[in-house]
Amino acid sequence: MKRGFTLLAIATALLLSFALYAALVIAPTEQTMGNVQRIFYYHVPSAWVAFELFLINFVASVFYLIRRSTKADILALVSAEVGVVFCTVVLITGPIWARPVWGIWWTWDLRLTLTLVLWLIYVSYLVLRRFSTSSQTPLLAAVLAVFGALDVPLVYFSIWFFRTQHPAPVIGGGGSLDPRMGWVLLYNWIAFMCLAWLVCWTRYRLEVAQRAVHESEAMQSLMEGAR
Amino acid sequence: MNANHYLYAAYIATWAIHGTYLYILARKAARVRKDIERLKRSG
Amino acid sequence: MSFFAITRATLTKDIRLEWRSKDAINAMLFFSLLVVVIFSFAFDPTAEESRRIAGGLVWVAFLFAAIVALNQTWARELRNQVLDAYRVSPAPATPLFIAKAVGNFMFVAVLEALMTPLFVAFYKLRALGPAWQLLPIAVLGTWALVVNGTFFAAMSLRTRAREIMLPLLLFPLSIPALLGMVNATTAVLTGESSPTFWIALLVAYDVVFTTACLLMFDAVLEAE
Repeated sequence: MKRGFTLLAIATALLLSFALYAALVIAPTEQTMGNVQRIFYYHVPSAWVAFELFLINFVASVFYLIRRSTKADILALVSAEVGVVFCTVVLITGPIWARPVWGIWWTWDLRLTLTLVLWLIYVSYLVLRRFSTSSQTPLLAAVLAVFGALDVPLVYFSIWFFRTQHPAPVIGGGGSLDPRMGWVLLYNWIAFMCLAWLVCWTRYRLEVAQRAVHESEAMQSLMEGAR
Repeated sequence: MNANHYLYAAYIATWAIHGTYLYILARKAARVRKDIERLKRSG
Repeated sequence: MSFFAITRATLTKDIRLEWRSKDAINAMLFFSLLVVVIFSFAFDPTAEESRRIAGGLVWVAFLFAAIVALNQTWARELRNQVLDAYRVSPAPATPLFIAKAVGNFMFVAVLEALMTPLFVAFYKLRALGPAWQLLPIAVLGTWALVVNGTFFAAMSLRTRAREIMLPLLLFPLSIPALLGMVNATTAVLTGESSPTFWIALLVAYDVVFTTACLLMFDAVLEAE
């Protein structure tokens, strides 16, 4: 286990460095937007990774509802947290891109808006987990995750239609994709996926340790009370 | 603001966000390690 | 007792209790009036602009009024250990949920019925589109808020800062419904577009989440 973790950490560091080099040097400069377009290589893969993590959270939550597995619950928590981190990156890099290109900080672009709503849903999920005093917090959180997943297609269609009525600039889309750009995008996607895996693994082990500590503390106070 | 500054800002922001989260995790890990030591001693 | 009988009994009991403790109702009615007045001071447009933004204003005002009503949904049940009784009994708690949701719906509908003429007066509103469509929009939109609101009020029972937890959970998930209500209302008021898509979205939202709430309420109740 330990060795696998170290290997992943080294691989991640190497991949991220290479992907960064690819994004800044290898990728050709885009014609209309110039160097600012390179934000693309961080913004888009972060969005993909965030959505993957939220999908993992959904699957883990459903599994918890069916099997009440603690491992599934921890995985749900971990993927939600790391997903929110990546989602935050998307929501920050998007406006930083939009400003020089479109002159505005925000646009009700379909993907950006969907990302914002997902971020809101998952932050509320994390708040529920932190504020709940019920012994069955994992169950409540899993139910909320399912509600969130049910909401996603509804959010998508509502924003899609809203945008057909109120057209807005599109973040990231449009413009031809030079094949070299596609490769750089792929490198960064793989690198960020490894980072997500690494961070999730770390957070998972941390959560397991924390729960073990809480249980031991509870045991101790119980025994002290019995004495 | 020069266009390249936006590029740097985006990349730095990305690493700042990841870095902050990792820092928070490191703090939590230190606290857990301390708790484990305490439990080992008193257990 | 049959499912329907339990639902109806719970509902009539709630209505009777609310009617007797008129204090709470009067306070909420006054709150709704205040919301309308404050909004009218804060947003004071001409008759032409007002039709464009009235949809949003009205529904945000209804949302605030609904939150105030939803927050006390389970207060009485908590006080009298009713939830424990349901937890212990083998029967599903679905009739309880339906009764609560319908009760909340009726209550919020009363608040809306009182706030609407005030909005019409202050904003000199007149629908340029088919005004009759505002009724199904109001019903579908209110149900969307109330069904999830009642459910999340139950989820928030065992949390710290319970009153803030409800809107915190409800608002993000309600975004598509909110888009639906506001845009449908604006479409009807301005007459500039058709509200059909938005009404269909509201129907889909209501069906999906009513089903989800009915299926999962028991699990949530067990969790307290």
